This record gives sequence, structure tokens and C-alpha cells, in this order.
Amino acid sequence: MIMLRNQHTRKVVLQAVYVLVLLAILITGVFSAQANMAAQGLELSFSFLWKATGWDMTFSLLPTSSSDPYWWYLVSGVVNTLFLGIIGLAGATLVGGVVGFARISSNHGARLLGTVYVELFRNIPVIVQIFFWYALANHLPSPRRAIEFGGALISNRGIYMPGMNVEGLYIALFYFVLCAYFIGLIWFVSARRFRRVDPAKRRKVVWGLSICALAIETMLLYIGKPVGEVLITYPELKGLNVQGGYRIQTEVYTLAFAIAIYGGAYIGEIVRGGFNAVGRGQHEAARALGLSTWQEFSRIRLPLALRAMLPILTNQYVWLVKATTLGIVAGFSDFFMVIASSITHSGQTLEFIGILMGGFLVINFTISSVMNKINKAVALKGHQLRM
Amino acid sequence: MTTLISAQYKPTVWMKVQKNYFKNWRSALLSMMCFAVLGGIVWSIVDWGILNATFSSTARHTECYANGGACWSIIANRWRVILFGLYPYDEQWRSITACFIVVATIAFSCFPVFWTVRRLSLIWLVGAASFFVIMKGGVFGLSLVSEEQWGGLALTLFIFVGTVLIGMPLAIMLALLRNSKLPVISKVTGVIIDTVRSLPLISILFTFALVLPFMLPDMLVGEKLYRVIAASALFFAAYQAEIIRGGMQGVPKGQEEAAQALGLGYYQRITRIILPQAFKNALPAMINQFVTTFMETSLVTIVGFFELLASANAAYGTGEWNFAFVEVYFFVAAIYFAFVFALSRYGAFLERRMAN
Repeated sequence: MIMLRNQHTRKVVLQAVYVLVLLAILITGVFSAQANMAAQGLELSFSFLWKATGWDMTFSLLPTSSSDPYWWYLVSGVVNTLFLGIIGLAGATLVGGVVGFARISSNHGARLLGTVYVELFRNIPVIVQIFFWYALANHLPSPRRAIEFGGALISNRGIYMPGMNVEGLYIALFYFVLCAYFIGLIWFVSARRFRRVDPAKRRKVVWGLSICALAIETMLLYIGKPVGEVLITYPELKGLNVQGGYRIQTEVYTLAFAIAIYGGAYIGEIVRGGFNAVGRGQHEAARALGLSTWQEFSRIRLPLALRAMLPILTNQYVWLVKATTLGIVAGFSDFFMVIASSITHSGQTLEFIGILMGGFLVINFTISSVMNKINKAVALKGHQLRM
Repeated sequence: MTTLISAQYKPTVWMKVQKNYFKNWRSALLSMMCFAVLGGIVWSIVDWGILNATFSSTARHTECYANGGACWSIIANRWRVILFGLYPYDEQWRSITACFIVVATIAFSCFPVFWTVRRLSLIWLVGAASFFVIMKGGVFGLSLVSEEQWGGLALTLFIFVGTVLIGMPLAIMLALLRNSKLPVISKVTGVIIDTVRSLPLISILFTFALVLPFMLPDMLVGEKLYRVIAASALFFAAYQAEIIRGGMQGVPKGQEEAAQALGLGYYQRITRIILPQAFKNALPAMINQFVTTFMETSLVTIVGFFELLASANAAYGTGEWNFAFVEVYFFVAAIYFAFVFALSRYGAFLERRMAN
């Protein structure tokens, strides 16, 4: 007891007790789980990851079958989560941009519309919205009475889009080259290290890149297309079902739509906040210098607002990616749903919970580090950001 | 001079309208378009929901279909399922009373008069206890209704109250531990908070509801409902703790030093000096978190509870009413909206009040 009066000893003891209590809780949990698993004839190891699953995924970008091992299912689940996350985030950013601009517009009619949108979609739980859109998609007419819209067929079995008649591998390569082209182009146009290149040369490089990309794309499509068939197939009703084209499943587009609509309301508020953070002085100085409204917007307010928005946007993105786990209510096989089904099928509870935590930590960490990179890259160099 | 100018320039309502809506022809066109869109939406809702709607409780698919509008007869027939779930029919007045108790508890805690630790905790404890007694019964001549039969709005509110009641003290504790001067304690707590925050709520609910019984000694397992409330409280606390910590960082360092100089002990410094100011700083963000938590109670549908959203799904799930899902979701969304909108308006009001 006298020892405890010494401040230094007391600190050490306190910290040790805290850590020990937490460790005790954790160890009890692990041991009792192990005992429970042993009672069911299971053991704590990761060897089950190489066993076949024996059940099917409802949706998967990567090819899966019930004879595939668990680790492949987990990878497919992560890919599905990322796929939905990227579509959802892109949609939400787009919607949010529009809503945010409406909210800061000098026109109060547009402001009112933006306010109604934000208040409506922010104040209804996202899961209610997902259920609603999913129910709506499932109550669309059957394929036989599908709604035709610009070559696409909309029915309760999904949206049938005109699709390219090209083999899977080549279509993947096609999109990969397309993305690479755009990323390369943006990098070349905006990166500092190419600033000093002569404008005429720059134009030549841009043209060269575009022609190269076009040539590769055409070649890929030509190789991938089955001989003697048309390149683009339109969905057509044959008998009771739709043939041809490309089917977007109900749960995929409902979820992407719901996340875009819901996230858009939040991102709209972030955009508005970003623009409000730009000091009035900046705006007035720009006007005093004689910049036009567009110049003032694109050169002064937008760049400053973007920098103010980015950190908050990072949190919002992380949060929206976590919201994709709600896909489980529509039966979308994302990372979380794969884990949940795996637990019920295999009983390897502890391992899967560990994988779940690890997976989300990695995903969140990746998003925040990418966003921090962007944040650093666009931060004003050499002096403090003044707001 | 300035007074003269401000006296001369007094924009009339018409001038304001002109400036904000019809500054030039582009602005005028945009205003017209926006009002057309808004008007169109409002009109189609009124047309669908009131003018062409069917209100008679005996109407079924054919009558509703003939009228072309909303089929409110499903609400007339199924509102008990939506609001009370599986609660016994004769006892449903208890469910209503319990809901009102929660609403009153929330309303009371919005008045600044009650903003002391003792009063607030008293209100919430009394509210939760009376809710529990009325819902569960078994005393005062009320028949016993076990937790499995609870459902609908009452269950949603119970989960919310439980989450706040457990989560708030836990949040304060986590925030204090996180802010501790002892490095190991603050680091370890930081890891716990960050891990919880990086996981989706649904995965935590899932773990607590379905996996935890596996990991706990049998005597600690308890009812599934309470495990889910604990999970929700943990998640709430991790977020709220960071908000409170933010508020604590906003308290000037001099405050704590002055308290120390006056010879106040740790407990007194925290409860009398730091926390009151931290709460004041963090209040708008804290209310935001309450709002989010209220909306997130709907996630317990996924782990198999019959709260408001799940009862709504059940209400139109039968073949007879399968067509009327829009009406049901409209009804449920309106209930959520009423709670959430009121709370968030209150938060905005506080923010404005504190800014002045």
C-alpha cells in the first residue's frame, strides 16, 4: 500500500492492470471459443481456407463455383465490395457535386431544391432506402413486358444493356487499357514534371497516346470477337427470357443507386461547406482584379474549396465503403456477406471474424492513405493554406 | 455617413425576390425550372397520396388499382403490425405508452434546465426503467410479455434508449482513457476505438448477436436483444468518445492548470472543469451522433429483430398486400423522418444559439 503512494509506481501498476484486464478478457474469449469449437469437432487453424465451399455466390465479378476454396470466395467478396464501392462513390460524388453546387448557387430556387434533396435523403435511414429501391426494382414488369429504353430492356430480372460480343478476358483488358489511357492522360496533362515541356511537343504526345490507345482497343475487340458475329448485341425477348446483351443484376444497380443517392446528400453538404470555407476576401479580391464570374469560380473558389473539402471527403468515403456492407439486405455477395455465409457453413467463427476485421482495416487504410496522398499532392506548396 | 447609407438602402421583399430569383434571364430560367421540378414532385405526391388514393380499410388490390393512387388501406389494416410487431393485441396500449415515455424522455433532455449530470441520468434511468416495466410487465398486475414478442416502433426506441444509456457513460470513459497521460492506457484505448470505428456497424452487430455466445462463458451470454444493444452501444461509444475528445481538446490548457493550481483532484477537475466545457464545445456533433445512431437502429433488422423496418417488410410481405410496398415504406420513412428531422433541427438550433 505504501508502494502505491509513490506516483511512479502507481502509474506503472495502473497501466499494467489495464492491459492485463483487457488481455484476460481476450484470452477468456479465445479459450472458450476454442473449447466450443472443439466440442463441434473443429479446431482453430486456417487450413479450412483451402477447402471447397459447397455453396454459390449470388453475384461475382470473378468466376466462382461451389467447388472453389474459401480463400478464392473471400477474394471475390473483396473484389465485389470494391466494385460496388467504386461505383457507389463515383455516383455519390457526382450527385453530391450537383447538389452542393445547387446549395451554393446564387439562385435561391436551386438552393431550395438542393435543400429539399439533402433534408429528405439524409434524414431517412439508408437501409430503408435500400429496401425501398430494391422492392421497386423487384416490382418492375417481368421480362415479357419489359420497358424498352434506348436499346436497353428494364425488367424485374435486371437491366439488359446492349453489350459487346467479346470474350471475358478481352473485355477486361479493354476496360483496363481504357482506364490506363485516361489516368495516363490526366497525369501527363496535370503533373508538374511535364509543365516545362514545349506545348507543341505536349500536343504531339497527347495525340500519340490517343492513337496508340485507340489502336490497342480496336485490336483487342477484333481478337476477342467470335469470328463471323456482330460486335454489339442488343437484348431481345426470346420466349420467356431475354437473350443477348449484358444483364446488370437488380441488387447491383439498386445498391449502387441507393449509395449514390444517399451519399450524394452527405457529399453535397461537404461541397457546400468547402465553398463556404473560402474566405469572402478571396472572392472580393478576384472581383477587384477584374476576373469574370467563371474565372473567379474555376481559378479561385474551386481550387480553394477542393482543398478544404478533401480531408472531410476522406472520412465520408471510408464511411460509404462501410455502408456497402448493407448490400446483404439485397443479397449482394460482398466481403461481409461472404464472411457471414462462410461462418454459418464452416463454423470457423474466430478465424473469419479476424479476417473480417483485417480486411476492413486494410480497405479503410488504403482509402485514407490514397486520399492523404491526393491531399498532400494538391496542398499549396511553400506556404500555409490560408482560409 | 454609414448610418445614412444604411438608412437609405432598405431592400424591399420584391427587390430581394428579384435579386435571388430573377437577376438575369439565365437565373430566371433556372428558377422556373427548379420550381417546375419541385411543383411537379409535390403535385405527383399529392395526386398519388391524396387525390387518387384509396382510404377505405376494406379496399383491396382491385379497388386501389381502379383508383390509381396510393392504397392507404394497407396502413389501416396493418398499422398495428408496423408499430407493435408481435406484441399481444390486447396489451398494445402498453406499447404505445412506452413509446410516449421515450419521446417524453428525449423531449425533456432537450431543455437546458436538465443539463446536469444528475438530472440527465435521472431522467434517462427513470425513462428506461418505466419503459421496461410497462413493456415487459410481470409486476403491478401487468401480464408478462417477453422480449421476443417486442417489436415495431417500441423495439426501435428501446434499442435507441439502451444504446444511449450504456453508450454515453462508456463514451466518456473511453474519451478519458484515450486522453490519459499514461502512455500505455491511452495507446491501447486508441487502438480499441480505432478498430471499432473502422468496422462497419453491421459486422459488430453480427459478431455480438451470432458469434459472441460462442466466445463467452455460458453464464455471461444473456438475451440476444441485450447483446445487440451492447454492440450498438460500443459502436456509438467509439464515435462519441472521439467527439468528446475533440471537445476536450478545445478546452484551453489554462483551465486545467488553474484547476490544478487551486488544488482540485483528478475527479473534481474532470467533472467540474473539463467535461462541462468539453460538452459545450462538442454538443452539435454529439447531437449529430445521436441522430445517426437513431437511424442505425434499423440495422438490427439484419440480425433478425422485428423492429420498425422489419415489421414494415412483414406488413406488405403477404401475397395479398404485395403490391402496396410504396405506401408501407412511405409510412415508415415518415416515422423515421419525423424523429430524425426534429432531432437534427434541434441540433442546428443549438449550434446557432451557441454561435451567438
